[in-house]
Amino acid sequence: MIPILFFFFAAVAIASGIMMIVHRNPIYCALFLILTLFAVAGLYVLLNAPFIAAVHIIVYAGAIMVLFLFVIMLLDLKSETSRQRPGGLPRILSIIMSGVLLAELVLFLRSGTANLPLVEGDLIIGSTKEIGNLLFTEYLFPFEITSVLLLSSIIGSVILARLKLK
Amino acid sequence: MVEGIGIVLLKLAFVLLFVLNFGGLLTWVERKQSALMQDRIGANRASIFGIRLIGLFHTIADAVKMFTKESFRPVAAEKFLFTIGPGISVFFALVGFAVIPFGDVLIIGGKEINLQLAPLNIGVLYLFAVAGMAVYGVVLGAWASKNNFALLGGLRASAQMISYEVALGVTIIGSLMIYQTVELQEIVRWQGGTLWGWLPKWGVLMQPVGFILFLTVGIAQSKRVPFDAPEGESEIIGYFLEYSGMGFGMYMLTDFVETVMISAITVTLFLGGWQVPYLMADGFHFPWGATWQLENWAVALLQVGSFTLKVMFFLWLQMTIRWTLPRFRYDQIMRLGWKYILPISLVNILITGLIITLLK
Repeated sequence: MIPILFFFFAAVAIASGIMMIVHRNPIYCALFLILTLFAVAGLYVLLNAPFIAAVHIIVYAGAIMVLFLFVIMLLDLKSETSRQRPGGLPRILSIIMSGVLLAELVLFLRSGTANLPLVEGDLIIGSTKEIGNLLFTEYLFPFEITSVLLLSSIIGSVILARLKLK
Repeated sequence: MVEGIGIVLLKLAFVLLFVLNFGGLLTWVERKQSALMQDRIGANRASIFGIRLIGLFHTIADAVKMFTKESFRPVAAEKFLFTIGPGISVFFALVGFAVIPFGDVLIIGGKEINLQLAPLNIGVLYLFAVAGMAVYGVVLGAWASKNNFALLGGLRASAQMISYEVALGVTIIGSLMIYQTVELQEIVRWQGGTLWGWLPKWGVLMQPVGFILFLTVGIAQSKRVPFDAPEGESEIIGYFLEYSGMGFGMYMLTDFVETVMISAITVTLFLGGWQVPYLMADGFHFPWGATWQLENWAVALLQVGSFTLKVMFFLWLQMTIRWTLPRFRYDQIMRLGWKYILPISLVNILITGLIITLLK
């Protein structure tokens, strides 16, 4: 059962990822990205990490993508009528970046997954309790740093929005 | 294996019928209760062979009308998204019920059946995820209509839903701190004990502030009066402006299903879910020492009945609120959410944490 579900979610994730890139209507691109997020969340559940799956949906699909859709709808972006290829520096940069990603992927696949540690039994890695305990004991410092970072960005955005008003 | 699938299907059918029947009946309750409160007679014309049954047949008449009416689609509309918009809306309203426990374990022929569709160990988080997705049905339907008034309605709706989603999460953290779990069945079991030997240990007594805030936010989430600025059918027009027939019907159904959902979550988190006071797994244990032994099936029946009754109470309460308060203005809704409910719930978390630490 689990292999079937894995291939299902993986296929959906890859297919909608590709559709997100090639579709011409920005609204549909955003919706395909949401579908990808859902498929990845399904993979998290299969990996016994339900907490990460839920947070993944809440944060990315439930909050960030809604804002994406908002912006696209309010700006009323039209579908691309012609395929424009970026030239010059963006083109070179994107070629280099995708080349690096491809090299990483190939290297990872060649090294094989056999060296990775195997998890035995019915271990729940991502249980809410475990993650909470780890966050507030071992990883307290990074956790607090992240909170301060987020707080400062919230204050920054409020100040920027206020400046525009005057 | 086959037996297991059969049990799951039975539970699925029970939950779906429970929710959809309540959702359908609410259309009748809404008419009749508003009539009662406004000193009118209310819906009583629909009849089958002269039997009127205090207007109950209006529910069926509604359904027949919705199904047979032309589903009109504007020429400019985005075909695909316009069609699936209402479906997305109903889907995410319904799947939330998967984690709501309807009762404790029922034992049939030595097999223990957990009266909950999906015992997820992330229960409450799952509910948040589903509630967060509800906004898509509204936004997509509004945008796909290609009507500026619908789009404005959709923007009002999504701004309200996103704002109150933040408050929704913060209001119940206090209770989760007390229960020490996010699994809904565990939360209900925790509320089974008594305080000082006689008072049921329900969440509403532990978190009175959290309870009132959660109920307010819940009603705001379901976009009903007094928080119906996104819809306001008759004056400011809402996101489903271009929908007719079944599309409109599904958006309305979503509202009613969400009303049932809010009642069910409130009951589960704050009113002991399926708990009946003093009822244990083997029968009643009254605080004055008397006991009344009961079979397992009777206990399960009482529990499901108790859950249903409590849900009905909150449906009645929401309807009463709906027909008592006038609609809030948009800026009032936003101010209430961000400037009152959110800070009060943060203080509530602080005080709850302080008390838990002191009691340890």
